[in-house]
Amino acid sequence: MPEAQAAMAVEFELNGAPVEATVEPQTPLIDMLRERFGLTGTKRSCDVQVCGACTVLLDGAPVSSCTVPAFEARGRAVLTVEGFAADEGSSPLIEAFVNNAAFQCGFCTPGMLLAAKSLLDADPAPSEDAIKDYMRGNVCRCTGYKKIVEAVHEAAEASR
Amino acid sequence: MRPFRLHEPTTVHEAASALAAAGGGAALYAGGTELLLAMKSGLLAYDTLINVKSIPGLEAVSADNGSVVIGASATHTAVEHDPLVRERLPLLSEVEHGVANLRVRNVGTLAGNLCFAEPHSDPATLLLVYEAELDVAGPSGSRRIAVGDLQTGSYETSLEPDELLTAVRVPVLQAGVRAAYSKFGYHHRPTLGIAAALAVVDGVVTDARLALGCVSPVARRLPRSEDVLRGERIDGLTEGASALREASRLASEDADTVEDMHGGVDYKEHLVRVFLERTLLRALAQNGGGDA
Repeated sequence: MPEAQAAMAVEFELNGAPVEATVEPQTPLIDMLRERFGLTGTKRSCDVQVCGACTVLLDGAPVSSCTVPAFEARGRAVLTVEGFAADEGSSPLIEAFVNNAAFQCGFCTPGMLLAAKSLLDADPAPSEDAIKDYMRGNVCRCTGYKKIVEAVHEAAEASR
Repeated sequence: MRPFRLHEPTTVHEAASALAAAGGGAALYAGGTELLLAMKSGLLAYDTLINVKSIPGLEAVSADNGSVVIGASATHTAVEHDPLVRERLPLLSEVEHGVANLRVRNVGTLAGNLCFAEPHSDPATLLLVYEAELDVAGPSGSRRIAVGDLQTGSYETSLEPDELLTAVRVPVLQAGVRAAYSKFGYHHRPTLGIAAALAVVDGVVTDARLALGCVSPVARRLPRSEDVLRGERIDGLTEGASALREASRLASEDADTVEDMHGGVDYKEHLVRVFLERTLLRALAQNGGGDA
């Protein structure tokens, strides 16, 4: 075993507020978010960047927090589903997910919402194909995708 | 994951020197999308990761003569959306959009993808038909190699232990070249990838570049199939044309497929035959304004 490196101080913006944490280089972002900050909305599932349950936005871009190291947050902005839900601007997406029953067990929902937010931030009026293309990396094992695609479409309409 | 130290060099020379000093105990880290998975599962273990992204400028994409030069820390997403890439290498932009998923593309790098040498991957196959070159730096200087000389086996490259890939140089296809890329698979990673670039002058194929990936440990060009196509009139190259069938048959013979979780040898040879013809037809259907 190598000597453990002195832990690193990581300063970043978390859900809009400046924060600081001390992490080891191998600490994944999801562990810092869940264990240091108590933000358990971010879910670990496949742990290999395939399913999207652990999606958070890093400077606005979806990443898999199960694998991205926590130190990558240095000087950047991290948005989790908690920060998303606290933002008034998120209500069209949240309401559309509820109205369309776009979730059942809800485990994929934090990642779905953040991916959808990222899409709508870049493209406020996406086509159905664009929604499917953007969201295809987020896996749902119970609702299926039709209602999720419809919810994103409805949220886009409602925000116009 | 086993603890590791993070080294953050600010020059390429410092990175190469750190690799040399570590004597195999260090790995380069850029996106980490492959490396960290292997480390999490215990397949790989390193005392030190050397963060390529701490070297200023390596994320740049720039033009150099007739090539687009993509720095080692440019992510798949950055390459896909780069204005220079979209304008001059639209097929590379398209293929980058199809790599893995959005989250992986936002973090993973093109150069890292090549260096990890995962056989089930798209970029190495496509870059063979662009005849891309790679800038490789070591402690005592740099050299340039053909992209086809990088990968030597599954997860193996020709890079020395103290060398790093610093840039991918992709020559723009000439006007009149019709290019296409096909991928197929039901797994997260592709089972097959085929790239084709056909130069057409006055209705005749004057040059053909074909590459096949994923079905064997290393992506390869298909010289016998390319020879069949050279000199063919494109108006005769319709579905089922003998030249297309012959090129596809030779490709499956030369594919050297290996059995793995994606399928057996016979199955992959069948895929190669079917998809080579389809890819050629898709390339021929382009209007010839460079790649598309």
